[in-house]
This record gives sequence, structure tokens and C-alpha cells, in this order.
Amino acid sequence: MKPSWTKFLPRWEVLAFLAIALFPAFCALVRSVFPVQSTWGNLFGSKLTDLLIYAILALGLNVAVGYTGLLQLGIAAFFGIGVYITGILTVNSYPFQVGFFVSLLSATLGAALFGLILGAPTLRLRGDYLAIVTLGFGEVVKVTLRNLEEITKGTKGLNPIPPPHLPDWLAVVAGWFGFSNKWDLDYRLFFYLSLFILAIVVLLLKNLEHSKLGRSWVAIREDELAASCMGVNVPRAKLAAFAVSAGLAGLAGCLYATKLTNTADPNAYDFNRSIIMLCCIILGGLASIRGTLLGVFLLLGFEYIVSPQIDSWIQDSGILDSAVQWAKSVSPDSNQLANAFARLLTFSNWKFMIFGLALVLMMRFRPEGLLPSSRIQQELRH
Amino acid sequence: MLPLLAVADTAPDWFTFFLQQCINGLTYGALIALIALGYTMVYGIIGLINFAHGDLFMLGTFLALTLISAFGLDTPDASSGAIAVGLLAIFPIAAVFCGALNLAVDRIVYKPLRRAPKLAPLVSAIGVSFIFQNIGLLWKGPADLSVPSLVPRTDFFSDPTLEFTVKDLFLTLTVLPIMFGLTLLVKYTRLGKSMRAVSQNPTAAQLMGIHVERVIGNTFAMGGALAGFASVIYALYINTVGFQIGYINGLYAFTAAVLGGIGNIPGAVLGGLVIGLVRSLGAAYVGARWATAIIFGILIVILIFRPSGLLGERTREKV
Repeated sequence: MKPSWTKFLPRWEVLAFLAIALFPAFCALVRSVFPVQSTWGNLFGSKLTDLLIYAILALGLNVAVGYTGLLQLGIAAFFGIGVYITGILTVNSYPFQVGFFVSLLSATLGAALFGLILGAPTLRLRGDYLAIVTLGFGEVVKVTLRNLEEITKGTKGLNPIPPPHLPDWLAVVAGWFGFSNKWDLDYRLFFYLSLFILAIVVLLLKNLEHSKLGRSWVAIREDELAASCMGVNVPRAKLAAFAVSAGLAGLAGCLYATKLTNTADPNAYDFNRSIIMLCCIILGGLASIRGTLLGVFLLLGFEYIVSPQIDSWIQDSGILDSAVQWAKSVSPDSNQLANAFARLLTFSNWKFMIFGLALVLMMRFRPEGLLPSSRIQQELRH
Repeated sequence: MLPLLAVADTAPDWFTFFLQQCINGLTYGALIALIALGYTMVYGIIGLINFAHGDLFMLGTFLALTLISAFGLDTPDASSGAIAVGLLAIFPIAAVFCGALNLAVDRIVYKPLRRAPKLAPLVSAIGVSFIFQNIGLLWKGPADLSVPSLVPRTDFFSDPTLEFTVKDLFLTLTVLPIMFGLTLLVKYTRLGKSMRAVSQNPTAAQLMGIHVERVIGNTFAMGGALAGFASVIYALYINTVGFQIGYINGLYAFTAAVLGGIGNIPGAVLGGLVIGLVRSLGAAYVGARWATAIIFGILIVILIFRPSGLLGERTREKV
């Protein structure tokens, strides 16, 4: 029995949500008490916004891999499709310029459509073969985006993507809270926009989990043949999983591109990104929304926030410089030793070692992830 | 060879161009096939897509590069006899290194997961791939490195539009015996027989007195050794290595294995040759930047219409 007072406390998910939502206020508080630079917290807040956007992408991937058990290795392609739909619909060099909100909708629906296009012919493939087809699809999309320079401007990317234009009444309300309408100067606008959309996605997925569709996804994951015998329309449920998964990835892509004001280099939407997103949801716990969010914050937070920070600490502490100096004094005529030291003492060079070890150890000792859904735990530990 | 030479010297240009692309494609394809064999053998025996295989191959190329400079083969005063002896030594060293590494990874990482659901070893393999890439990065740094050109590029054809160099011959002469030997080994030796038995049904094989774990270990060691051979050939043939080459070559090799029907040894060789041909013809007639897209496009189409690959057997689903 839990002590009775705990039932008056909000659940810790709600606390975590509040903590993230209050982050800008916390920064403002620190700024007013301590004499730090006025930009303090902005960089961090902007990176936190990136994590929120990636969380939407991971939730999308979780629909296919976690709920339905379809090993999808090409989620970055749908992210990239969302990015480019947004780019084409909003930049100056195209006649559309529909603005953020329409492009958000179009990126979601467009990516979902591509999800259906990939899903329809691959319905009868299973397991590893499906994985390799989605992987191949991801590569084809990446190469196509890069090579269709007349449309996508190749590696230069489409830019500038204009920031969202708030309706007048909303801009007035935002003004009351001290927000300027300048998206490039005030990270909080994007931060709250992403948080808001993430919250909506989480609520939708929570409902979907318990709907008829969500239950048929789980049934397919556990035993496809048995599910079809029990009257689950397997092709339709699988297609829906593909479409929802791709649509969420497209949504995240639209947010990402608008925040960056650029579609960036198509090579950014490659297999590596898909794999890292897969690592996030596996680390956190398949088929679990809390787990997915935790996985994104741990893994990508480590990649984008913690590891650059440690790099700059090592840089500032002078360890690196003195090691390189020492190496040069030992072998003055060759830079080989000095280069080796510089490589070994750069923390971000160890990033993939840490990711890899985390995955291997995780699979060995806790294959269901950090915050697993109870069903996955049952399935993996029977 | 002689009739081919005669034809080549009188043929029109478009034909020699086509022939040239086929030669390039088949030689590169043979290399890919060598890596693909490692994927397909491991998949055949434990049903694991060994994502780390491409990166194992990458570590092999790094070892080859290190040994070439350690033996002093890259210095201008190295005689051709010394180069030949050095290369002969590098091949077995790289093969043993990669084989032992692959075996060690199997014992440490995959073996405890034999009874786990399929996703667990797959994710572990992705993790091992990350670790290998990181080792490569720390070993040689992020920049591409060039390997000295030790095998001469003397051309066999007098026609300037067509070339088949000593290098191509060297590759063909190394790859063919390896494949031939492997096929014989799997078909006729006791080890090969037990490998086939384990891949058909591990439990039944164990009941027949086969030491299943030892057979799996041998498979990993052999697959790794093939990747080691492939890595030395790659270093000498392509002359540029970097810590990310494992990714794209591993992907091509894996595609080749799937294309031929994963788990099927002749299928992997056929798949490798098809991939090599498609890549080289696609690069020549459509454009080099589309080659990857064409390879994966064809893969998708083939898998949709023949989900178990070109030579793979269809398995009926059982309840």
C-alpha cells in the first residue's frame, strides 16, 4: 500500500511536463537573480525545443515499431519528406507560400500518404525483409532529395522558410506574457509551440492506444496469424500504422524545418538518424509513450546538450592543450601522436562507443527498456 | 580470354564501353559478394542480421593499412618481391584478426541472447556496429585515408577504351578460389554438413550429436575471415578507406545477401555480382549519383515480387 498522502500529488509525468514547461520562466528567474548574460539559457532552450521535436518523431516511429511490431528503419525519410513539403510550400522561390499552419497540415498528410505508398506493397513482407525494404526506401528518398536539384536545391536546401504568422488575437495574448512576435530572437515561441503540439500528439496516442485500432496493432505485434483469425483486418491496421507513423514524422519534419528556417542538407535525413531514433525508443521502452519520451531526452539530450558541454569543459580546462604540447615535445617531427591525443581527448568522439555499449548492455540485462509498457515486459520475459 | 581480346579490338565504341562497365561491375560485385557471404552465413545459421559486419570489414581495411606501413611496403625502395611477400602475409593476418574479432563478439554479445526475442540480438548488432565505428574513428581519425597503390595497373587490352588491369585480375584471382573453396567446404566437409544441419533445425542437430555452439562459433569466425580477405582486397583495389566505408559497403553486401535469398550461399554470390553490375551500369548510363537509389529501388521491387530473394526458398507459415 502506498501512503495515502501520495494520492494528492500529481503523477510524475505531469511534474516532468510542468518542469519542462516552466523552463523559460526558470531561466528568466536565474537571469534576474544572478548577473549572467542576457542570452543565458537561450541556446539551451533552443536545444530543448529540438528535443521536443525529435520526441514527436520518436513517438511516430514507436507507432510502427513499438505498437505494431513493424521494424521500420526508414523513419528519417518521412521526416525529410515533411521537411521538404514544408520547404516547397513556404519559401519565396515557389509560388505557394501558404504559411506555417497550412504547411504543417500538408506535411503531416503528405508524409502519411507516402507512408501508405510504402506500406501498401510491403504488407506481405515480414520481419527482416520489411526492415531492409524500409531501409532501402530511406536511402532512395535521401538520394532523390539530394539529386532533384531543380526542385530541392540539392545540398544547399530551400530557404528561408518564414516563421509562423500568429493570428492577431493570439499575438496580442502572447504580448501580454511578454513574448515579442520575433521568432528568430525569442526561442520561447517555438519552445511552447513544439511543447503544445507534442502534448496534443501524446494525448491522441494515449487515446489511440486503447481504441479498436490500437488494440489490433498490439494483436498483430503479438501474433499476426492469430489476430487475423480473430477477425482483425490486418492489412488495414498495418496501413494505418504506416500512415500514422509517417504522418507524425512529417509533422516533426515541418516543425524542424520551420525552426531551422531551412530544409538543410538531405544527407541529414539518412539511415543514421533512423537508427538513432530507433535506439531512443528501444532504450526508453518499446510501445510506451513515457519510455519513448525518456529515451529521447536521455539519448538525444546526451548527444546535443551534455556531450558538447563536456567537450567545451575539456577545452577550457586546458587538458587537451597540454597533452598536445607534451606530444609535440616528445615527437617534434611528426604530428601523429599529437593528433591521436586530440582525437582521444575529444569527448564527442566517444559518443558512438557510449551509444553502442548502452544498446548492448540494455539488450543483455533489460531488453524491455527503462520504462516499458507492461505488455512488452510480459512478451519479452515469458 | 583471347577471343574476347580479338572481339574487343574490333568492336564499336558503344560496345566496348558497355563491356568495360560490365568488367568494372563484376569485379566490384565479386568484392561485395565476399562481404555478403559473411552476412548470409550468419543469417542462415542463427537468423541474425549482423549489422556490425560492414564495420568489421572497415576495421580490417584499417589493419591492412597499418600493416602496409608497418612492413614498409609504402616506401619507394620496397622491391616488388618484398611487396608480394608482404601482401601474402597481410592476407592471413587480416583474416585471422577479423575472424577472431567476429567470434569474440558472438561469444560476448550474441551468445547470451540466443533464446531472446529476435529484436534483441538485432539491436545488439547495431550497438556493436556503433562501437566498431567508434574504434575506427579513434584509430585513424575522421578523414579519408589513401592506401598506396601496390598492385600495378598494367592493362591487358591494347584497345585504349577498354581496360582489364592486373589489379582486376588480382581481385578475380583472389575472390574466385575463396568462393569456390567455401562452396566445397559447405557442401562436402563434416563442418559444412553440420552447418547446414544447424541452419535447418538447431534442436534436431543437437539431438544428432552436433555441438551447435561450436558450429555457430565456426560460422562467425569464417564469416569474419571472409570480411578480412575482402578488406585487404578492398584496400588494394579501391585505394581509399575511411571509418564510414563499412556503412555503405555493408549495406550493399547486405542487399546482395537479401537479393540472392538470405541464408543462401550461391545466392549471396549471385546477389553481389548483380549489385556490382547494377551499380556500374547505373552509374554509366543514368548517372553516378543515382547508383545507390537504383540499387535500392531494384531491391525493393524484387522483394515485393519475390519476397524471399532470387534463390531463396519460399517457406510456408506454420501455426
